Amino acid sequence: MIVNNKVEVRGLIFNIMRFSLHDGPGIRTAVFFKGCPLSCLWCHNPESQNFTPDVMYSAERCQLCGECRTACPHSAIQRVGDRMTVTEDCQRCGTCVDFCGAEARTVSGREMTAGEIIKEIERDLVFFDDSGGGATFTGGEPFSQPELLEALLTECRSRRIHTAIETCGAAPREQVLRIGALADIILYDLKILDAGRHRTYTGAGNRNILENLEALVAAGRQVAVRIPVVPGVNDGADDVRQACEYLAGLAVERVEFLPYHPTGTEKYRRLGREYLLPDTPSTDAESMAQIAAQMRAAGVPVKQQ
Amino acid sequence: MTERVARLRACSLEIKPWLSLERAQLMTEFYLACDAALSTPVRRAQSLAYLMERKAIHIEDGELIVGERGPSPKGTPSYPELCCHSMEDLEILHTREKISYSVSDEARRIQREEVIPYWRGGSMRDRIFAEMTPEWKDAYAAGIFTEFMEQRAPGHTVLGDLIYRKGLRQLQAEIDAALAALDFQGDPRAWDRQQELKAMRIAAGAVMRFAERHADLARRMADETADIARRNELLHIAEVCRRVPAEAPRDFHEALQAYWFVHLGVITELNTWDSFSPGRLDQHLAPFYEGGLANGALTRETAQELLQCFWVKFNNQPAPPKVGVTAAESGTYTDFCNINTGGLKGDGSDGVSEVTYLILDVIDEMRLLQPSSNLQLSKKNPERFLKRGLEIVRKGWGQPSIFNADMVVEELLRQGKSMEDARAGGTSGCVETGAFGKEAYILTGYFNTAKVLEITLCNGYDRRTGKQVGVRSGDPREFATYGELFTAFRRQLKHFVDIKIRGNQVIERLYAVHMPAPFLSVLVDDCIAKGRDYNDGGPRYNTTYIMGTSPGSVTDCLSAIKHHVYERGTATMDELLCALEADFAGCEKLRLQLWNKTPKYGNDDAYADAILREIFDAFYDEINGRPNTKGGAYRVNYLSTTCHVYFGSVTGATPDGRHAWEPLSDGISPAQGADRQGPTAVIQSAAKLDHARTGGTLLNQKFAPQLVEGEAGLNHLASLVRSYFKLDGHHIQFNIVTAETLREAQRDPEKHKDLIVRVAGYSDYFCDLTPALQGEIIARTEQAGF
Repeated sequence: MIVNNKVEVRGLIFNIMRFSLHDGPGIRTAVFFKGCPLSCLWCHNPESQNFTPDVMYSAERCQLCGECRTACPHSAIQRVGDRMTVTEDCQRCGTCVDFCGAEARTVSGREMTAGEIIKEIERDLVFFDDSGGGATFTGGEPFSQPELLEALLTECRSRRIHTAIETCGAAPREQVLRIGALADIILYDLKILDAGRHRTYTGAGNRNILENLEALVAAGRQVAVRIPVVPGVNDGADDVRQACEYLAGLAVERVEFLPYHPTGTEKYRRLGREYLLPDTPSTDAESMAQIAAQMRAAGVPVKQQ
Repeated sequence: MTERVARLRACSLEIKPWLSLERAQLMTEFYLACDAALSTPVRRAQSLAYLMERKAIHIEDGELIVGERGPSPKGTPSYPELCCHSMEDLEILHTREKISYSVSDEARRIQREEVIPYWRGGSMRDRIFAEMTPEWKDAYAAGIFTEFMEQRAPGHTVLGDLIYRKGLRQLQAEIDAALAALDFQGDPRAWDRQQELKAMRIAAGAVMRFAERHADLARRMADETADIARRNELLHIAEVCRRVPAEAPRDFHEALQAYWFVHLGVITELNTWDSFSPGRLDQHLAPFYEGGLANGALTRETAQELLQCFWVKFNNQPAPPKVGVTAAESGTYTDFCNINTGGLKGDGSDGVSEVTYLILDVIDEMRLLQPSSNLQLSKKNPERFLKRGLEIVRKGWGQPSIFNADMVVEELLRQGKSMEDARAGGTSGCVETGAFGKEAYILTGYFNTAKVLEITLCNGYDRRTGKQVGVRSGDPREFATYGELFTAFRRQLKHFVDIKIRGNQVIERLYAVHMPAPFLSVLVDDCIAKGRDYNDGGPRYNTTYIMGTSPGSVTDCLSAIKHHVYERGTATMDELLCALEADFAGCEKLRLQLWNKTPKYGNDDAYADAILREIFDAFYDEINGRPNTKGGAYRVNYLSTTCHVYFGSVTGATPDGRHAWEPLSDGISPAQGADRQGPTAVIQSAAKLDHARTGGTLLNQKFAPQLVEGEAGLNHLASLVRSYFKLDGHHIQFNIVTAETLREAQRDPEKHKDLIVRVAGYSDYFCDLTPALQGEIIARTEQAGF
């Protein structure tokens, strides 16, 4: 066995999405790392949060045929009313998924080696070449699986594949700086400047996150800040003013705003979880434009949307 | 758009297509009275002269380019010598819900009293069906293949640069020279050549006379109008019509009018498939455009207006009315005239010019069903050309489509064309490759490979018609391996290709003998030099196509059998066959396994894509290179127009989980909802087909407008195109979906699993969104103006 062969490094991935157009330049392949240190209440990919695979179940698609119950090697599936539910014995092995023709059951999270992931990325080289695209490592939180992230970035670099990391920034500084240096660009999520409210909505404070961002900028990394604008959460006058003040003093490449849409609610249901921001409406274009204008006036390099 | 163009365009859009019996009536009159001793080519040419001398002509108020095939816009003639409609046909044409033609009582009277009594039993359609074998008829009735020539004539060709260099008078002189050079001592076919050449001479004269009549009419109208500006226009029109197409055009206006008269000549002589096309219009017009700008006679604006008037003329000519299977395989008013832009010049250099952009502006502004338009995109063409085309594509009305010009050259070279002829070629109809001005590339019928598989699974029996149409290739329950099944499939394939080609060979000769096209022959090299008709091997190249359909569905079917029956054991062959016979009634569990858990084409999946190649090789090996009757060879291409719907309607439930009678996959696109990995994966899968060995393939991609908005969206589309072409893809077209499609996806998610929409900062599969969000995206799509 070859020691230290980076392609052998393993990690947990919950999706590889080709033709990803909105996470860096050009046509990209986005690799979604599973597991995140934050648990933002508005998260539209709730299956990204756990560091273990999740079995998702859609009662609407389920035909109640019982194939999954028969197939389960751990006898962990039973019918309760009009649903097929899993018991505590579930090992998240995914056997039931193979037998579910209706695609009511899916498993989110698959262990893969860096080599396998690279192979998937390389399928679209021809599109990267023409469009100036590449691979984006996102999640979840890619820095939460640092060995895998480092292996992937190193392998991409040796193959001349453009790379981007999309991060929430909650990771040890040393890793962020050392591994971040291997990526071509870093898309850095910024949510709420107020530490207390950051904790309320994401489950963690933001001091480390802000300091990591400042350190990356100081180290000369190419950083684009991305702010999800969630109505009623971070679009108030104080939030915007604080963000303006903070970003005006920081030499980031550019700032982008991502509108909130309640797209994740269905996924919460399939995970059997409750969605805690149920009545939040989509961000309207007008308030997005207003925030952008305010930022621009403060000298923040806001990307034209 | 000028007020003039807006009015002509509105008029063209407003008038409903109507059946004109004028041509049928004149043709009947001529045949009743003509000299019975005439040779067939001469009689055909004289019939054209009779029509062109007598048919009503029409100049619309304000128009600059003149001439209609019917008595006035949207008047659509019938061709009783090819297909003599029954009274019932007329009623169907008049009342059917889609693609109807209004038929007046007077038209019905003429059909009943004059046309039917003369032509019944003697049309090409009658001759063809009389000559076909029982095996052919059974296979045709079962829906294994269609027959293009049963009510329309071979056409499928495109004009080169001939008429811009030479007038018809000069071509008549060439015909005279060929007549003078005939060697009655040494050439056993000298008389045939003489008759054909005489016919060509008469036909050229007929079209010259047609132009002259328009000159006279314009002159008369000029005298009668009180409007000074219009009077001057009419006088100019008279001057133009007096000159072209008898002489070579001298300016932009004359060039367009010359083409238009020639176009009308071709589509009046016979109801040629794909009407006729000017081909590389930008390259043909470039010298006239530049000359006009240089001498001050033309501006960009006046050139644009002339082109727009020209565009309206195409839209005024709906496809000749089709009935029966032909209407089902090609259910549209469009007659597939398809204008090429860009590509390469004959010397291999970039063919894009200012006229290319002018034409793209015209396409954008006119938004007409006809003519169709396309980009011939070479790696040598500038990015600006592609982007301008994509800006129009993005508006979502389906034009222009995009072709790989470098690949087209490679395909033509592989078929044995010279480098020069290959570079002057392009694509026409839907996606067909041809050497413009030099080739008859005849599409003879769609071939239902999915049905062949169904019949293989039934040991040669067709359940729908209750007949043993195929060979007894074995009971699939006894096949121990997938390989045995595939061998049986190949046996059935060969059986039906043999039947189809036997029929084709007869039909080719029927057209050669009974239905020559002397006027079209004047226009295509080397008919004059050979003294042979377009329909009898006169062109330099003669290719006969059989069109493969639904490789997506067939790949998924074979993949499902291989995976579920021979590898995974999801079901036995017997269980599968019973489920198919029952259209999956009571077998929904199995159907969902087949539908959702099969490696399918369009996902860059090596397992499925290997099967695609196997199917392609089988089809190709069976057909490519077989000789036709005209000195040329059979080739394959992959397209379906609307035939995948017809073929679906005669094909029972299939092993991919598709219900009976539902549509099959279109062109080389993945089956509806089968592709789940996004467009790059579709492109990778489609590129695994060896396009170089085809004469064209058709790939459709569906996008929601949000996904392609902004400059970034345009860049992404451009990259998809360039990348597909780098992988040697032949053609791609983008359908930007409407809110209506999204609603349909809400109602029937299974068929629309592949539909990607841009949600916010990211994209998602539409069917994976919550109903509320789907509703919101529908609302947004509607706002975007689609």
